[in-house]
Amino acid sequence: MEIKIKLNGTEMTADVEPRTLLVHLIREKFSSTGTHIGCDTSSCGACTILIDGKSAKSCTILAVQVNGKEISTVEGLLTAEGLHPIQEGFKENHALHCGFCTPGMMMRAVELLEKNPNPSEDEIRWGISGNLCRCTGYNNIVSAIKYASAKIRGAELPSTEPKFV
Amino acid sequence: MIPSSFEYSAPSTLDEALKMLNELGDEAKILAGGHSLIPMMKLRFAEPEHLVDINNIPGLSYVKEEGEYLIIGAMTREVELEESDIVAAKFPIFLDAAKLIADPQVRNWGTIGGNLAHGDVANDHPAVMIALDAEVEITGQNESRWVSINEFFMGFYTTAVQEGEILTAIRIPNASGKNGNSYHKNERKVGDYATAGVAVNITLDDSGTCTAVGIGLTNVNPTPLKAERSEQALIGTKLDDAAIANAAQYASEDCKPSDDLRGSVDYKRRIVKTLTKRMIIKAMERAN
Repeated sequence: MEIKIKLNGTEMTADVEPRTLLVHLIREKFSSTGTHIGCDTSSCGACTILIDGKSAKSCTILAVQVNGKEISTVEGLLTAEGLHPIQEGFKENHALHCGFCTPGMMMRAVELLEKNPNPSEDEIRWGISGNLCRCTGYNNIVSAIKYASAKIRGAELPSTEPKFV
Repeated sequence: MIPSSFEYSAPSTLDEALKMLNELGDEAKILAGGHSLIPMMKLRFAEPEHLVDINNIPGLSYVKEEGEYLIIGAMTREVELEESDIVAAKFPIFLDAAKLIADPQVRNWGTIGGNLAHGDVANDHPAVMIALDAEVEITGQNESRWVSINEFFMGFYTTAVQEGEILTAIRIPNASGKNGNSYHKNERKVGDYATAGVAVNITLDDSGTCTAVGIGLTNVNPTPLKAERSEQALIGTKLDDAAIANAAQYASEDCKPSDDLRGSVDYKRRIVKTLTKRMIIKAMERAN
């Protein structure tokens, strides 16, 4: 089946079987391997991408379902102006160790901040409850999202000094 | 994991979808949010020959008040319930439930109609709908009918939706008097199915006497359970401690949970008892 999508702003077409999962279309047909496959059971969130701006787990959506839609992946965050605020937040706050969950975490955070530019810590933790990280214990990820929130709002940036908890 | 091969259609009208489902018969499955069906297909627990995707049919996603009812379109996403002002004002039970259904990404896709039509006793909306005394609209090629939620769940992944039919809407009667509702489930971690869940909807008159009550239980019975004995224990009382204790005790006795990774039968009955008590109190507080 022939489908057409916009991937990070670029029109793409592909011929896929109905059973092809969106994550496989993105990684294998379009070679955008920033989107990861973790659990493959919609538990871990490593495959999180945006479909028309809404975060979704691409391992549990068929490629044919997104025909005509806009897909955003981690590769689309960097622009000519530089890092996206969420990328800068992760970088400044040391919010990754192995980096496997990072693309999914960041894409989820992008939608979270789009809907709620100034989330509380509780809202951030609920907001990323569908994304698992097995290295950092989440604290630095939460700090990164707070940092990105401040950056997006033009507020004073929080300290990025390591906190010992 | 990739599902086995199937044909895919995405009709753009309800009529077209119904015609297709009638022609295909039991070869077809309806694809709504897909977050229960696709995982089952990946594991080959389900191998439909044809998927009829109803996501492109306009007019199936809405939350509105009409006459005495709150009406919810079957393709309304969980996130849309979470963000609905009407729901927040009158049915906080949906906010309780929505927060505990899977996770934010899944709620962006999962639909309320799919949650019911899947017929999974572990899903959360069935108990909520039982508590709210909802009715479900089932549309076929020639007619549509409203079915009480109490006659909707027939057994293991089986509902009143027949071949060639689509669940199109859910309606919930507005309560008269002071009304409050609440839901909670115990889960081992975010995204897990309920170890046990309890939904309560209570209506009080001006003197504080309980005039109507609905109690639904999640994942502690072969089908979603209406805790009738518990309801009877509360009707006509002022929801005093003794009445609440009786209702909680009956709920724990009347359910039939199974031993599994989430806990033993005895443990689950205790969870039901505790949650029933807590949810009655919470619903009562919200009513007042």
